[in-house]
Amino acid sequence: MYKILQKQDLVPHVHLFKIDAPRVAQKVQPGQFIVLRIDEEGERIPLTVAGWDREEGSVTVVVMEVGTTTHRLGMLSTGDTITDFVGPLGVPTHIDNYGTVVCVAGGFAIAVIRPIARALKAAGNRVISIMGARSKDLLFWEEELRQASSELIINTDDGSYGRHGLVTEPLKELLEQGGIDRVIAIGPSIMMKFCAKTSEPFGVNTGVSLNPIMVDGTGMCGCCRVSVNGVTKFACVDGPDFDGHQVDWDLLLARQRSYLDEEKLSFDQWRAKHGV
Amino acid sequence: MAKLNLNRVDMPRQDPKVRAHNFDEVALGYSPEQAKEEATRCIQCPKRPCIAGCPVDIDIPEFIKAMSAGDLPEAARVLKDRNALPAICGRVCPQETQCEATCSIGKKGAPIAIGRLERFVADWERDNMPADSQSVTLPPPTGKRVAVVGSGPAGLSAAAEVARLGHDVTVFEALHVAGGVLMYGIPEFRLPKAIVQAEVEYVSSLGVKIELDSVVGKMMTTDELLNEEGYDAVFLGTGAGLPMFMNVPGENLNGVYSANEFLTRVNLMKAYLFPQYDTPVSVGKRVAVIGGGNVAMDSARCALRLGADKVYIIYRRSEEEMPARREEAENAQEEGIEFKLLTNPKQFLGNDQNWVVGMECYQMELGEPDDSGRRRPVVKEGSEFNIDVDVVIVALGTTPNPLIAATTPGLDTTRWGTVVVTDEATGRTVKDRVWAGGDIVTGAATVISAMGAGKRAAADIDAFLRG
Ligand SMILES: Cc1cc2nc3c(=O)[nH]c(=O)nc-3n(C[C@H](O)[C@H](O)[C@H](O)COP(=O)(O)OP(=O)(O)OC[C@H]3O[C@@H](n4cnc5c(N)ncnc54)[C@H](O)[C@@H]3O)c2cc1C
Ligand SMILES: Cc1cc2nc3c(=O)[nH]c(=O)nc-3n(C[C@H](O)[C@H](O)[C@H](O)COP(=O)(O)OP(=O)(O)OC[C@H]3O[C@@H](n4cnc5c(N)ncnc54)[C@H](O)[C@@H]3O)c2cc1C
Ligand code: FES
Repeated sequence: MYKILQKQDLVPHVHLFKIDAPRVAQKVQPGQFIVLRIDEEGERIPLTVAGWDREEGSVTVVVMEVGTTTHRLGMLSTGDTITDFVGPLGVPTHIDNYGTVVCVAGGFAIAVIRPIARALKAAGNRVISIMGARSKDLLFWEEELRQASSELIINTDDGSYGRHGLVTEPLKELLEQGGIDRVIAIGPSIMMKFCAKTSEPFGVNTGVSLNPIMVDGTGMCGCCRVSVNGVTKFACVDGPDFDGHQVDWDLLLARQRSYLDEEKLSFDQWRAKHGV
Repeated sequence: MAKLNLNRVDMPRQDPKVRAHNFDEVALGYSPEQAKEEATRCIQCPKRPCIAGCPVDIDIPEFIKAMSAGDLPEAARVLKDRNALPAICGRVCPQETQCEATCSIGKKGAPIAIGRLERFVADWERDNMPADSQSVTLPPPTGKRVAVVGSGPAGLSAAAEVARLGHDVTVFEALHVAGGVLMYGIPEFRLPKAIVQAEVEYVSSLGVKIELDSVVGKMMTTDELLNEEGYDAVFLGTGAGLPMFMNVPGENLNGVYSANEFLTRVNLMKAYLFPQYDTPVSVGKRVAVIGGGNVAMDSARCALRLGADKVYIIYRRSEEEMPARREEAENAQEEGIEFKLLTNPKQFLGNDQNWVVGMECYQMELGEPDDSGRRRPVVKEGSEFNIDVDVVIVALGTTPNPLIAATTPGLDTTRWGTVVVTDEATGRTVKDRVWAGGDIVTGAATVISAMGAGKRAAADIDAFLRG
């Protein structure tokens, strides 16, 4: 059993959980993920780590509600427990002194890009972060990300705060100005795909964190297969970070849709049961 | 002497038409009368060749003798003396190539059904003997600590033995339950999970601590266990869990599974109870399973039970070369699974949603024998044909997950990724204080061979710890 030391609602439908998991906290590095299961009947789902405290023995994840498991998580509170919390999994993000790095984060990924931006900055990089969300009320951690970065650009799709438009626009401007040595983009697959498409003509290496459907997260099932440069990889052990210019995005997007009918059935049933 | 009875007592099984739609156990086990009748067929021959056929040297004639005499507690004692997991072995061991293959009566008629008898005794014991009457008295603690990595049959038997010798044992298991392939691979209808968990509880009752959700190589390394966490020895029993694919076009289409993924969803995550259990699996109307081993049979039979209309086994050689246990292949056919032999996929065909809709196959023929002594299947040129399918399960075997080897400097591995042991009798690796056994050493093998390896390593670990 793993105890929720703190639950915080960051913005509507996005929650932070600080979990008591000393062994994971001891080892985790930026860009790694964990797999959790709420209870005996629950599904195993992967979540990237958003923070940790090695002394306290805690690991923080930030979850956006999309289906049954994430909504069920949203109903838990500080002091509740979950049955499983496994990690750290996946290869840590490669941290190096590249020069100037642009970190692009969309939606819940604002939380997971923070440790990466911080580590890159500590390694001597100039870190320009771009954070984006659909609208102002879905943005969080502006101050936190500003501190982790050298510069911060904020975007909303509807223009309710910061710049109006998609995160690819400021990314493109920065690339056009030149002097960018690396891009790291994390968020919904479609956003990562378009960030990679944006940087490709500039020949700037772009790391992305892929999020295929997973089961074990340890290389045992192959559910997380992705194609990178024409070669099949298991994202949970070979990644989740890959070169965005070499990812077969259409395959990833298609495989993420493998269980739409089942997910809908599960979610409808859950909603009916809870009168949501 | 009584007249030799050459026919074994049939074991009742669920009707194929009924069992094709449920996950309840197929084989129902002997009644007490049937068990006694079968036991009395044993002629207690002086040579006792069955023992040599058993990888863990169970005193088979002795437990059968106790059964004939109606002394089931004694039969259970004899069995457990050599085999900590008899309820499991009685169900899944390939007895037909082990103890039963060497049975004296087998020369004239049907060998004694040793596996069924083993199962009967183990089930009887679980139902009739209170747990405390089974409890063993442990020797005084030695103060030595042993870490066991992996909780499959190799790890569990190593842990049980080491604990029984007085050492302090912790098992680290990557998944959220203990049992390895017994939990995530072999389906409920062949090996009920409650039985596996009863055996795991027995191991825990010996004082063994089991840490779930602990991936060694990620959460901590073998060296850290030895050098920082104070373990005196480490046993690696992490199995062969990495699925192989065929590398043919279309293998990443939606609906194409590795057997590991399909079986894990169904057995470990209980997708057959979806949506009560929240992990989905694509059921499919027309399912093709590629391969001819036990794993292929289990996948095919799961697919059928989930509601597929048509399930094919696609195997590139002929029925004779099939590595699956004959009994399980027969069970599968009885249930209505169709074997397409001498057939091999050329590619998988998809629709515009990336879903598999079909498979282009070659017809094969058998050529000269290969390294394994079996005749090599070769493609018949121009023999391509299509099959419509909406789910494909690739069951072509597994190799060890490279994680342990990659994070344990000083281990020696083969080109198949298996860990090298210096002596099979001890399971010692070339790395100081590290032992290994089971599928991680042999590649995918059997439950009983993994258990045997765990036991042998335990004895050697004990000898080492006592200096
Ligand atoms: C490496 C990795 C890191 C991730 N990090 C985060 C994170 O930090 N925060 C966050 O909110 N989300 C993260 N995700 C996505 C998160 O795992 C899914 O949103 C979650 O599994 C959805 O489960 P559900 O039951 O709520 O929704 P469902 O209705 O079951 O699924 C909604 C969609 O989520 C995806 N999904 C479903 N099941 C899984 C699964 N077992 N594994 C992966 N994806 C699945 C599918 O594309 C599906 O269409 C990450 C995914 C991966 C692979
Ligand atoms: C579908 C199927 C059907 C089978 N049917 C039969 C049969 O009928 N009869 C028979 O005799 N054999 C059968 N086998 C083979 C048999 O199950 C295996 O040979 C046996 O389980 C091997 O035991 P093991 O302990 O070596 O490994 P496993 O059973 O594979 O157990 C290894 C354990 O280690 C864990 N692990 C792996 N890596 C790590 C890590 N880094 N850290 C911590 N834990 C880790 C795994 O999660 C797993 O629990 C079958 C196998 C399959 C897949
Ligand atoms: S999630 Fe199972 S292999 Fe990656």
